[in-house]
Amino acid sequence: MSKARLATAWLGGCSGCHMSFLDMDEWLFELADLADLVYSPIADVKVFPPDVDITLVEGAVANEDNVELAREIRANSKVVVSFGDCAVTGNVTAMRNPLGDPLGILEAVYVNAPDRNGVIPAEPGIVPPLLPQVQPLHKVIKVDAYLPGCPPPADRIQRAVEALLAGDPSRITGEDIRFG
Amino acid sequence: MRELRTTVTIAFNDVEVEAFADETVMQAARRNDVFIPSLCYVEGLSVWGGCRMCMIEIEEDRRLRPACATPVNPEMEVYTDTPKLRAHRKAILELLFAEGNHVCAVCVSNGNCELQDMAVACGMDHVRYDYRSPRRAVDASHPKYVFDPNRCILCTRCVRVCDEIEGAHVWDVASHGADAVLITDLATPWGDSTSCTWCGKCVAVCPTGSLSYQGTAVGEMEHSVSMISRLAVARSRGEWLDPEAVS
Amino acid sequence: MAAPIDLHEVAERELSERYGFPWRIKACMSTACLSAGANQAYEGMEQTIEKEDLALEARLIPTGCMGLCSRGPLVRVLRRGTDEIMYQAVNKEVAIDIITDHVRDHKPVETNVLDHNIPFFTSQEKIVLENGGVIDPNRIESYVGHRGYQAFERVITRMAPEEVIEIIRASGLRGRGGAGYPVGSKWALLAAATGDTKYVVANGDEGDPGAYMDRTVMEDDPHRLLEGIGIAAYATGASQAYIYVRAEYPRAVERLDRAIRVARRKRLLGRNILDTEFSLDINVRIGAGAFVCGEETALLASIEGRRGTPRLRPPYPTERGLWGAPTMINNVETLANVPTIMRKGAEWYSSIGTEGNTGTKVFALAGDLVNTGLIEVPMGVTLRHIVEDMGGGIPNGKAFKAAQTGGPSGGCISSEFLDTPVDYDSLRNLGSIMGSGGLVVMDEDVSMPEIAKFFMAFSMDESCGKCSPCRAGTVQLHTLLERITSGAGTRQDMRDLEHLCHVVRDTSLCGLGQTAPSPVLSTLHYFRAEYEDMLVSEEATNA
Ligand SMILES: Cc1cc2nc3c(=O)[nH]c(=O)nc-3n(C[C@H](O)[C@H](O)[C@H](O)COP(=O)(O)O)c2cc1C
Repeated sequence: MSKARLATAWLGGCSGCHMSFLDMDEWLFELADLADLVYSPIADVKVFPPDVDITLVEGAVANEDNVELAREIRANSKVVVSFGDCAVTGNVTAMRNPLGDPLGILEAVYVNAPDRNGVIPAEPGIVPPLLPQVQPLHKVIKVDAYLPGCPPPADRIQRAVEALLAGDPSRITGEDIRFG
Repeated sequence: MRELRTTVTIAFNDVEVEAFADETVMQAARRNDVFIPSLCYVEGLSVWGGCRMCMIEIEEDRRLRPACATPVNPEMEVYTDTPKLRAHRKAILELLFAEGNHVCAVCVSNGNCELQDMAVACGMDHVRYDYRSPRRAVDASHPKYVFDPNRCILCTRCVRVCDEIEGAHVWDVASHGADAVLITDLATPWGDSTSCTWCGKCVAVCPTGSLSYQGTAVGEMEHSVSMISRLAVARSRGEWLDPEAVS
Repeated sequence: MAAPIDLHEVAERELSERYGFPWRIKACMSTACLSAGANQAYEGMEQTIEKEDLALEARLIPTGCMGLCSRGPLVRVLRRGTDEIMYQAVNKEVAIDIITDHVRDHKPVETNVLDHNIPFFTSQEKIVLENGGVIDPNRIESYVGHRGYQAFERVITRMAPEEVIEIIRASGLRGRGGAGYPVGSKWALLAAATGDTKYVVANGDEGDPGAYMDRTVMEDDPHRLLEGIGIAAYATGASQAYIYVRAEYPRAVERLDRAIRVARRKRLLGRNILDTEFSLDINVRIGAGAFVCGEETALLASIEGRRGTPRLRPPYPTERGLWGAPTMINNVETLANVPTIMRKGAEWYSSIGTEGNTGTKVFALAGDLVNTGLIEVPMGVTLRHIVEDMGGGIPNGKAFKAAQTGGPSGGCISSEFLDTPVDYDSLRNLGSIMGSGGLVVMDEDVSMPEIAKFFMAFSMDESCGKCSPCRAGTVQLHTLLERITSGAGTRQDMRDLEHLCHVVRDTSLCGLGQTAPSPVLSTLHYFRAEYEDMLVSEEATNA
């Protein structure tokens, strides 16, 4: 059997899910026998590659770069997985949503806060503009499986990846889908 | 002193069990360890029937019925776990999650929350509907407790326990529809309430992190619904009355 | 205590007075005509009669609704020995002309004559509205002069309660509040219930947008409602009654209050009515205009002074209603049928309409029609007859697209079903309902998903918030409809919409939530292509 092409991506999240992924410790060696990690924030690949079998996406969709990457992931992946609460629900990243227009929040943080230099960072092409509302991943692209948790503990990730590699995401159930 | 209650036979998912003739399907299910989800039902408090998680199917009845408010009928055949019920319950849960601001990761009740548990039990792994992200102010004016309406699912357990067990009726619902919200007294801050006795029963029965003790951090809040049920049931049976004193 | 009213004598006096004038001019003073300026027209006629010294010749009578509201203000001129002439769009000038030209000079004002031999009028069968445009709602004598309270008197002096219930049962009358529950059976339930006090409640909440059948009865024929309640109370052993009216109907409240005061004075209400053993008091309760307060258990909570939210049934109100006492709720139009049934008999009543759907139904005809207004037709007439003949068809050469019945709880019926008889069962089979009698006709330009969205917005705003599927579900259904009608909807949105409709319908606590998805489901059923045409294209979805 040829090795699966696995990717992980990081949108608007704290990277905690990736930390938890690394917590799988020695199982990562077994995983390496089953799949090649073709794209990941921990693998320093710049461009999302084609023909990916499974992509785990951490983080909510919070800015325009997130949207762009999400679409690229969708176009090049067979199975897209919302990985962790931010991707699944918006979670902490989306806690700005009730406050409305992000500009007000940026002002509060960068302009009105006493320890800041009074400018909202703006660097076209580098600092991506925020979306009016943070969205869970499935509101932007079609998602095939969900792995909630903040972060999902390593053993859950392992069971989920095993299920995905076996082509049966319906096995991700019970306590493995607990939020929080 | 307790009367002998008549029993009847009913079936849950094709398994026959004994039920009391004067109880509800929910009560029969709980005594027989049959799982029927619910978020507003508390044994000992009045039946509210608002969360609609406990809908069941009954043989030869076209409509779904709420188990909490459906009396037991001899020979009735109840189904609690059909594909339709599962799909409907999941949808109702999604509606509840989309309605408020339920951020488990930063909630005092994380790990001790009936809503969170219910999502696990019902296999709800994401919300199809748009999050409404309402802006709701937290009321932390009470010296002992905090009310966070962002986490409130309007089950009204607090309203009922305060009115029916404590007898204070501090809580009630104001406004209607999507704007419905819990209030204390006449919509004044809880800390200013002159009717609140600080008994904490509302906090004990809250299914989510909406009502909590001041100073609890993420995941530290523990509710105690069973304590309230014990209280209510014992009281209804007059268990603590001095037999000498009651004549 | 004052002596009770002598109905026979009052009726005699009223009749001799009525024919003492060669001319009688009846001016509609109902809400629709008033808002079109009926007051000024009335004053114009009053002053001209005075000025022309015609006070002994012509009697001016303010009346209730004549039906064709879109042509108001309406005036009927009756001259002894000739056919009546009906006038439309009577402004102050026309009103003056009616007196000077028609009454004084015997030359009708041709420009404003309305042919009353059109199907809009001739196809009607008036029972509930029989006094509309005929009597002066503010004078009990006017009602008594048209056989008012005759049935009531006979019932309480000469009939046993069971006999009354039997007649109502045999008439086949079904509740006009929407569900069509057999009225005789409901009365029998209350009659069988035990309790020191029993209540009858007339439901005049009438929350459907555009509906005004019950308002018209309460405003234009208040004594008919009192008589119907009186008969119901006698038959069921109730001694207290309430009329629940929405606050948006101040004129109904005012006229009912006056009617109740007068009826009390005349000993038609109160203790020992007409010197019998029967006592009954009626009180008006004003609701704050919430749609859900028309639902019977919410209505009862509201009367008790509590929050107007529905509660679980059983127990049904006939077991435990107002303050725990047995209570029966009937719709205003339902009760307005009762005096005539008792006067003319069950057999007569059941000969009107069809088997299982006897009698008449009042509809508020609205939308894209030549004639709109209030009509009362025998049950079972076809939708086509109502739309094409009575309504005069669709204006501006447009085609009929759909008829909406039952308001926010109902559905849309497409043109291939125009020959469906309008009755409880046929409409239900088409996925709509009779409802309380709203009937909105839509022409080819109307977008069905937009209509569904309109009604969903209504249900969302009117949800009481008690149960989660209705409270949160209507919001999400509305959001989905907004997305679809704005052209941003996907196939997934369509699937979510349809599934959520089923969830809200199957799991909501009361009729509001259970029927809120109906406008969506019925338009999805008959006009699905319209939704699909609005979706974003597949390529755009996949991009
Ligand atoms: C949301 C909702 C609104 C209702 N509104 C009215 C109303 O405005 N008027 C009415 O007579 N019945 C209304 N009903 C029906 C009443 O609950 C009740 O069935 C009716 O008044 C009984 O009278 P009937 O038997 O004469 O039809 C409503 C029901 C629901 C669920």
